Amino acid sequence: MPDDLIRFTLNGRRIAVPSTRGHLGDLLRHELGETGTHIGCEHGVCGACNVVMDGRVTRSCLTLAVQVDGAEIETIEHAGNDRCGAALQDAFVARNAFQCGYCTPGMIMTARELLSENAAPGRAEIRDAISGNLCRCTGYQAIVEAISDAAEALRETADD
Amino acid sequence: MKSPDFSYVRATSLDEALAMLADSEDAVILAGGQSLVAALNLRLQAPELVIDINHIPGLDRIELAEGKLRIGPLVRHAQLMASAEAARALPLIAQALPHVAHPAIRNRGTTCGSLAYGDPAAEMPACAVALDATLVLASRDGTREVPARDFYDGLYETRRAPHEMLIEARFPAAPEGARAMFAELAVRRGDFASLGLAGQLHLDAGAIAAFDLVAFASEPAPHLLTGVAELALGQRPDARLAADLAQAVAEAVDPLESPLATPAMRRRQYRALAERCLRDAMELADA
Ligand SMILES: Cc1cc2nc3c(=O)[nH]c(=O)nc-3n(C[C@H](O)[C@H](O)[C@H](O)COP(=O)(O)OP(=O)(O)OC[C@H]3O[C@@H](n4cnc5c(N)ncnc54)[C@H](O)[C@@H]3O)c2cc1C
Ligand code: FES
Ligand code: FES
Repeated sequence: MPDDLIRFTLNGRRIAVPSTRGHLGDLLRHELGETGTHIGCEHGVCGACNVVMDGRVTRSCLTLAVQVDGAEIETIEHAGNDRCGAALQDAFVARNAFQCGYCTPGMIMTARELLSENAAPGRAEIRDAISGNLCRCTGYQAIVEAISDAAEALRETADD
Repeated sequence: MKSPDFSYVRATSLDEALAMLADSEDAVILAGGQSLVAALNLRLQAPELVIDINHIPGLDRIELAEGKLRIGPLVRHAQLMASAEAARALPLIAQALPHVAHPAIRNRGTTCGSLAYGDPAAEMPACAVALDATLVLASRDGTREVPARDFYDGLYETRRAPHEMLIEARFPAAPEGARAMFAELAVRRGDFASLGLAGQLHLDAGAIAAFDLVAFASEPAPHLLTGVAELALGQRPDARLAADLAQAVAEAVDPLESPLATPAMRRRQYRALAERCLRDAMELADA
């Protein structure tokens, strides 16, 4: 960062912002107004802040803003643009898999990575995959069902 | 909370990182950041300088050669978990890794970072002690090797000097037929354990020829249970032996008081956990 700018790609757009000492979650929300990424605990426990960094789901609260210089970041604002993200969003609505919605962005980012690696996860695998995402409202059952439904919908439409 | 102010540099070579570590009074390495950034946000740590090693090429290698598996300092937990070669060479690590945090944290967190940090509840230090791994520490003045069994002194206290970086963890590959022993008690899968056991045993002509078992999370540092090993060596695995060894584990551990359990309760938990994982490793039917 020779000129003290952080340059990175956010949801396909090239961005340059002045360097800040905070974490990526705050950079997205405070500097760039992208408030879909939620901040719950700021120490890695709740998963509400999950984004995709260089292709892998990552805690934005445990990533320094300066670390993303040169990286590709994808957030919940962009997740619905692909089949998998859209299927998850539909299934979450159909299953009432959120109440307050605070955990939902992180859940969807996490579930999207699971479904990209495993097209037919069992209930136990789904629970394991979202073990790092806390939900204070739903009791998880509806979320597990929604992820399972999304996987099924994606399998059914796989070759169309 | 928000982190305190600090300077940040991105190292582009190992030599550069080691020079900066040597020149600063108060510098820390940033590997996966899954413990460090949490500690910064909580203001548990306030270093002057954070040295990011994530852009140093060549540090993310897993290599099997001459019976040793070498793990570089940028190998992420998820990368190690996905390596079929590592799973064959280190069945204990393969069994333990799914218990290390959650997918998003394993995507970034490094195995060497965990070994260097020395969290008493972490699985990897316990596995390194059980498997008699060697930790390679580098500084501007050269490198030295420290057996994992000598590395952990206490709560987050290790033999690493502040200007040293862990550049490799070297594990002896398990001999043919070695069996992993692993079990832990945690509120949820992926949470830090409140107590756990990690180890490996090996049979020769039906008798136990090697036995290394470590208790972790309930004490300030991984605890190699040498007395239990003495009882196991030369014995033939059966249900009676599993029960006797589990009792010996419960007597050998020295669990700290915790808000969730008294030491006496934890000894009972250890006995149950030990019997379960010993029976699994001995391939005995469920009791
Ligand atoms: C919610 C949550 C749950 C977790 N659960 C578990 C769990 O169940 N089990 C578990 O084992 N871990 C768990 N972790 C911790 C995780 O595994 C960390 O990633 C790991 O302990 C540290 O690795 P890191 O690469 O992220 O290190 P960093 O956070 O980058 O560094 C941690 C410390 O080690 C030092 N360090 C890092 N690498 C080196 C090196 N090569 N040489 C010298 N010093 C170095 C740093 O300076 C820093 O002081 C959890 C973390 C979170 C946030
Ligand atoms: S805000 Fe990042 S994990 Fe809770
Ligand atoms: S819907 Fe409220 S936290 Fe999950």
